[in-house]
Amino acid sequence: MNDTWSTALTIVGLAVVTVVTRGFFLYPEREVPLPEWLKRGLKVAPLAALTAVVLPEIVMVHGRIIDTWQDARLPAVAVATLWYVWRPGVLGPLLAGLAVYLPLRLGLGW
Amino acid sequence: MLPFAPGIGAWGLVTGVAMVKGGLSVPLALLMSLTVYAGSAQLASLPLLAAGAPMWVVWAAAFCVNLRFLIYSAQWRPFIEHLTRGRRLLFAYFAADLNLVVFQRAYPKPAPDHAHVPYYVGGACTIWPAWQLPSIAGIALAHVIPTQWGLGFAGTLAMLGLTYGLLSDRTTWVAAAVSGTAAVAAYALPLKLNIMVAIAAAVAAGLMIEQAQRASDRLRSTP
Repeated sequence: MNDTWSTALTIVGLAVVTVVTRGFFLYPEREVPLPEWLKRGLKVAPLAALTAVVLPEIVMVHGRIIDTWQDARLPAVAVATLWYVWRPGVLGPLLAGLAVYLPLRLGLGW
Repeated sequence: MLPFAPGIGAWGLVTGVAMVKGGLSVPLALLMSLTVYAGSAQLASLPLLAAGAPMWVVWAAAFCVNLRFLIYSAQWRPFIEHLTRGRRLLFAYFAADLNLVVFQRAYPKPAPDHAHVPYYVGGACTIWPAWQLPSIAGIALAHVIPTQWGLGFAGTLAMLGLTYGLLSDRTTWVAAAVSGTAAVAAYALPLKLNIMVAIAAAVAAGLMIEQAQRASDRLRSTP
């Protein structure tokens, strides 16, 4: 029982961490001065974070770059990319990619 | 924001399943989903909780995983500076990655605009249920949902389309290429710190391109 409560407290603390990190520069009443070049540079941060999450999910498995073509993710990404070139959007490439990914993965075990 | 719902939902579902399979009881997993609301920090804290790590270690780990939000918060600031502190913090709680990406696409410059806050609130009200409902479903059905389907990949594919949409000029292409390469190269770092390395590399590359552009402009203007 004691264990449950301490885990619950840890989880509530994690929620505080969420607010502290997401609101870090929003909390002070006066703006924390950042150099102008840094502000300009940080504009690419969301795109960089997105790429940094997506690319390893595509080309890595168990912390290594995949070394086989028989991975369902590669053809799925290729098809999703082609679909995006044809019709830019989010949902179309997602469904096209899944249409390739799921049969290869469930059918062939790629 | 709605086109992202299936991708967010897939990740929410996978996170819900992972919390229960990672050893949390159903009530604790629900508590975590509904209060923490930060998928990657939740996933990072699971093995630590299972191993009985001290509280501060779990919190410090989540802080590291969430470091990118510090950068985001500086970028939100000009848009919501006029709000009271309480509202700013409420705003911050719901400010996940996708909120900023989509917001920046709609409003590239922080010029004053009454539509900023309503636009953000609309996005936040879409993403929250799009994440929480599948996450709760994942918690409830953890032992029924087959993990070998690799459903998390649906989330990756959704991010892929979004990433392509952000590639508009040379700077963004180079930033994405540098960041992706750095993230793969630094993948072995603990606590998702490879993402911070990737952001730093991309920002440096972006600034270098800007400098080069300026230098070439200067050379062209001098006869």
